[in-house]
Amino acid sequence: MFKNSKKVMLVFALILTAVIVFSGCGKKEETPKDANSENAGLSGSVTIAGSTSVQPLSEELAKAFMAKNTGVTVNVQGGGSSAGVKAANEGAAQIGASSREINESEKGIGLTEHKIALDGIAIVVNPKNEVAELTLDQAKKIFSGEIKNWKEVGGEDAAINVVTREEGSGTRGAFEEIVLKDAKMFNKAITQPSTGSVKTTVAGDKNGVGYISLGSLDNAVKGVKIDGVEPTTDNVKNNSFKISRPFLYLTKGDMNEATKAYIDFVMGEEGQKIVVESHFISTK
Amino acid sequence: MKKLHENIIEKLLLVSAVAAIFVVALITYFIFADGLPVIQKYGLAHFITGIDWHPLEGHFGLLPMIVGSFLVTLGALLIGVPLSVGCAIFLAEIAPKQVTGLVKPAIELLAGIPSVVYGFYGLVILVPFIREVFGGRGFSILSGSIVLAIMILPTIVNISEDAIRAVPKDYKEGSLALGATHWQTIKKVIVPSARSGILTAIVLGMGRAIGETMAVIMVVGNVSVLPESILDPVRTLTGNIAIEMSYAAGEHSQALFATGIVLFVIIMILNLLVTLVPKRVGE
Amino acid sequence: MDKVRSSVYWEEKVAKVFLWASVVITLGALLAVIFHILQHGLMHVSWEFLTKEPRLMGKEGGIFPTIVSTVYLIAISLAIATPIGIMAAIQLTEYTQKGSLVKVIRFATETLAGIPSIIFGLFGFAFLVLFMGFSWSLLSGGLTLAFMVLPTIVRTSEEAIKSVPLSYREGSMALGATKWQTIWKIVLPSALPGIVTGVILSIGRVVGETAAVILTAGSSLNIPASVMDPARSMSVHLYILAMEGISMEKAYATATVLIILIFIINTLATRVMRRMSSNLIS
Repeated sequence: MFKNSKKVMLVFALILTAVIVFSGCGKKEETPKDANSENAGLSGSVTIAGSTSVQPLSEELAKAFMAKNTGVTVNVQGGGSSAGVKAANEGAAQIGASSREINESEKGIGLTEHKIALDGIAIVVNPKNEVAELTLDQAKKIFSGEIKNWKEVGGEDAAINVVTREEGSGTRGAFEEIVLKDAKMFNKAITQPSTGSVKTTVAGDKNGVGYISLGSLDNAVKGVKIDGVEPTTDNVKNNSFKISRPFLYLTKGDMNEATKAYIDFVMGEEGQKIVVESHFISTK
Repeated sequence: MKKLHENIIEKLLLVSAVAAIFVVALITYFIFADGLPVIQKYGLAHFITGIDWHPLEGHFGLLPMIVGSFLVTLGALLIGVPLSVGCAIFLAEIAPKQVTGLVKPAIELLAGIPSVVYGFYGLVILVPFIREVFGGRGFSILSGSIVLAIMILPTIVNISEDAIRAVPKDYKEGSLALGATHWQTIKKVIVPSARSGILTAIVLGMGRAIGETMAVIMVVGNVSVLPESILDPVRTLTGNIAIEMSYAAGEHSQALFATGIVLFVIIMILNLLVTLVPKRVGE
Repeated sequence: MDKVRSSVYWEEKVAKVFLWASVVITLGALLAVIFHILQHGLMHVSWEFLTKEPRLMGKEGGIFPTIVSTVYLIAISLAIATPIGIMAAIQLTEYTQKGSLVKVIRFATETLAGIPSIIFGLFGFAFLVLFMGFSWSLLSGGLTLAFMVLPTIVRTSEEAIKSVPLSYREGSMALGATKWQTIWKIVLPSALPGIVTGVILSIGRVVGETAAVILTAGSSLNIPASVMDPARSMSVHLYILAMEGISMEKAYATATVLIILIFIINTLATRVMRRMSSNLIS
């Protein structure tokens, strides 16, 4: 019995210790950080949070930056564009990442925008689909539900399965603005929450059509020409392919040294080289 | 001395038990604080009975999602409960020890598979299969129900089996001694005695089905329109939050917290119903 | 009489067929999923995959940091939820079985069990990440997951404790043991298998959770150095790999490792449980 009660006490003691150590860790962690940021040498940590479309690019940029500045840790988080805006505004992250223009309600809160890259949006169909080209007007009618059969745009006699992104997505926002304009997205379109799942859906459905970030276009789906123009980074850059949106880094107030160094790196030659290597379009 | 430490332990036990209330209160506060203003602004009826979901234009009709969540969960329970309770009875009562020894770890293993995996299995295998065999677009209530049914199997099997095993041996022996067959004993004595455990299992399974997010998003098509058949795509309440939360801002984001409130209230009502049921049958 | 007997006979037959069929379908459905993943994933799993850091967002390289983070998340969430859950179950079964407080506690537990993980995620984000200022960290993630699995542990422990026959308790009390001695020496050891089942289910939920973890622990690919660091669990990694279309090969491989990990945890837990229960009872 004595042994057992000791055991119980031991378990509680361990839990208590763990709690104290955990919370202690957290507090200790912060003090050296502050001290470090005052030092002349570059050190500290930067957290980037936000758009999942920007995340792969940020990850690459962060790796390259950390290789040069070993004292700095750059943590890259997802969460979505809005979470990124919130995080930057509330200080949970030094940098918020957004794959859409920030909207009216977010503009008033005093964030600084850094346009780090451009991304094209390709309209994709199943590789087995005969249709290889659409006009912007046909695309508009397909995504608004007006054209319902592939034969109306030169394909087989089969119903079109429209796949779209969720409302609020940066990709969808840009797509609606450029392609749909005044028309509304077909309300029975299958809705998928990410580029990857739109791609998988279209790749698995012979009659599917969707739209994805140009950076993730590959052989699984076929990017159709719009008004005769191939969806390529070159064509986005020379403005002949019209469907594109910006990738933004958002910061609030005065940046600390590590954050400033990172943003300078991204906007500089080396950073923009990585942007191009990742199949996005440099803003320079 | 002994009394003192037993007193401390009893206090600790009470604090632990109350922890659940504390957590629920915190969650309630944080969800309602964010979601209630937008409900007050547009009126509850706008959310519950509206069928238009265009959050960027101020239309927040949640009815299609409420119906969607309800139908997908119901379908999952219709498929999953008979299978898993049957399986639990089999494991506890009929299967030889070696078979149970093999099957049980296998099922426990499956409980741990991330929902994303089930979702992708559904997307890659089930959705095309339904499109070929039943027609439609494949993304449907049916595929959602099947994926969810598979996902809730381990939960219901594990807990119901424990409950069935916990029925005292005397009950079973008594029934058999009175001349009842094994199946009669199972039906009339064992399952009724294990009822509270089985019900707990079903509630946990239902909770998992209603609450499941990632797997459902991948297979139901997420269309916020009232469905006309089980082959139509739907959107669930959880899906609505998960899909749009990451990009929502301002009132749109509040409307998603409001979706959370609706989900929350539905679950409260279900829980209330469940706490009422066994009392009426048992007493 | 004959008619009755034959209808009993047929009912028996039909019931047996139904029970067999339900096992075959259940296992068939579940094994089909596992088989599909292993078939596509096993060939991409290697020692390098387990021990190397990912490159290009996980398109190349391994998953080492995500394994470390997953283990941390399991440890933190269960270190918090297991003792609280078991103690709550003891309170509910052995001390106060009736009364309005118990009703409220039970309702709260059931509500907690029914709250979808996405709402835990939203709550964790609003409360722990922003309000408490823990930011995206192992601590925020671990706490959120602890809240999530708490009801599972409470309920399974409760069922297990309830299933210990009353005669055991009466025997112990008759021998002069106090209530707590009885619980500690008699009730808990007998209930241990059920409690461990609950813990295993909880580990499964922690390992498999995606939505709540992304919102609270974040998705940084760095190896966390303290509980205040952000982390990416294996499930989150799998979700990102698959949903962002980074690499289906690596996604299947990650899923395969997850399944193997769960298998190891379950086997260990079963072993430990057997040893503990035989030690304590004898």
